[in-house]
Amino acid sequence: MNPRREPALWPLALFPCAALTVFFVFPFAIMLAVSFHRRVEGGFFEPAFELSNYLRFLTPFFGKILATSIGLAATAAIIVVVAAFPFSYILSRMRRRAQSVILVFILSVLSLSEVIIGFAWSTLLSRTAGVGNLFHWIGLVETPRAYTPGLVSLLLGLVYLGFPYAVLVIYPAVSRLDRELPEAARMSGASPLRAFASVTLPIMRRSITGALILVFVFTLGAYLLPQVLGRPRHWTLPVHITDQAIFQSNIPFAAAMAMFLLLVSLALVGLSLIVGNERQGAST
Amino acid sequence: MTLLLQRGFIGAVLVFLVAPLFVVAGVSVNRPKRLLFPPDGFSLKWYIELFVQNEWANALTNSVIIAMLAGLLAVAVALPLALFIWSRGGLLARALFGLGIAPFMLPPVVSALGFLVFWISVGLYGNILATIVSHAIFLTALPLVAISLGLEEVERPLIEAARTMGADRRTVFRTVVFPLIRPYVISGFVFAVVLSLNEYIIAYMVAGFTAETLPIRIFNSLRYGYTPIMAAVAVLFVLTAAVVFGAVAFLGDLPRLFGAHRSEEP
Repeated sequence: MNPRREPALWPLALFPCAALTVFFVFPFAIMLAVSFHRRVEGGFFEPAFELSNYLRFLTPFFGKILATSIGLAATAAIIVVVAAFPFSYILSRMRRRAQSVILVFILSVLSLSEVIIGFAWSTLLSRTAGVGNLFHWIGLVETPRAYTPGLVSLLLGLVYLGFPYAVLVIYPAVSRLDRELPEAARMSGASPLRAFASVTLPIMRRSITGALILVFVFTLGAYLLPQVLGRPRHWTLPVHITDQAIFQSNIPFAAAMAMFLLLVSLALVGLSLIVGNERQGAST
Repeated sequence: MTLLLQRGFIGAVLVFLVAPLFVVAGVSVNRPKRLLFPPDGFSLKWYIELFVQNEWANALTNSVIIAMLAGLLAVAVALPLALFIWSRGGLLARALFGLGIAPFMLPPVVSALGFLVFWISVGLYGNILATIVSHAIFLTALPLVAISLGLEEVERPLIEAARTMGADRRTVFRTVVFPLIRPYVISGFVFAVVLSLNEYIIAYMVAGFTAETLPIRIFNSLRYGYTPIMAAVAVLFVLTAAVVFGAVAFLGDLPRLFGAHRSEEP
């Protein structure tokens, strides 16, 4: 890559490495240790080596949480990517100025926390503001009603959360896409839709898979929307992690669940990297 | 796909993205202390209340202090790391880059719990310092990615030339490299600040009951009593983000920062 290798560069890396080790690697090591600790009533935890926190994963309680979390995240990820792909594609073919304006807006939405997204959607779907009122006003329903909390409102929130990230992954790839390829397909007589499906889509498969996995991991990590927009039976793994850590004061069990969530996420990210490399290898 | 259909699709998606924010903006100007839409009357008093009511003003102060210091600290970690990675290259550099972005890529609740057990262990649980440092580590990824993108633009012959003419590494950095990457350093800083302002779970886990930030305050109000101030904060957050990212786009090339090729300028 770069021919320059001089030992004098080392001091540069000293501070960042120290900071990341102390404040990121250590916390993880401690969390891993704590996941084997024993919980102390009314306090935090005491050192021990127990597998009991992990054994609780085998209960139906935990199985249901896991199924809910994965089902919600997978559904949201599919909806997001199905919408974000054509969106990014069309966006990348607009004028540069229009692209910038829309990207600024997408970035602004991306920066919003789950608190604000949850609050905004619960307002939009509430009885006194938003669609409940609107449907009543145009005469669609007799009396205004709330559309939240519920499964649909939770999914809307998750899609809203994940959409900007999908654009972030897909947009660079589609804007680098060679415009002449689909044109060539069209000149050889393929319809626009067919050119899109048989030429554009296969080239984009890698970033689509990447976006799917990223959005899945992101929405799997959602900890607040299920509380604000869903009902208790829609609570996902991160909600239970927060609940155990803060309200049940069971940090060891929370840590064990966090390690599990971490492993699932890492496995998925690893999978996306492998898929990406294979594709790259195949195409060159 | 015809042009009309394309524009219609983009429009529909934008409506989906704008609708909740639009309703929140409407709710924020209610005259009574209720979340009505269309709003009952028009008043900007809830924007003033944010600065006047003690709990909200405190949360605002905490949020701004945390975001500014965390942003600075994140850049202080990311800038030397990006320079090291850029000038060294190789496997170690890639591993360090991975370490730098990992806190941001993991599920936030996992990072948050990691920070929680760490601050309990060192006895700073509940201290605002814990929130600042945790945010800085969490957000290091943003300036790291932005500065690395900027460094890719720096042409190495330029540096070779400066070195040949006798400039030492420090001088080269000060006179050649830094001016070129300055916009990227600033973008990285503002990205970190905006995301820190919005961040909830880490702030909540490490010091949620003592150093209350605006997102924590909003979430508490969602549970224990709605007020249009929540909507006012949401509107201010969206505007801050739009102004900041708009400025980044105006000063630099946002599509390029997103990774689009400059050569494809239509």
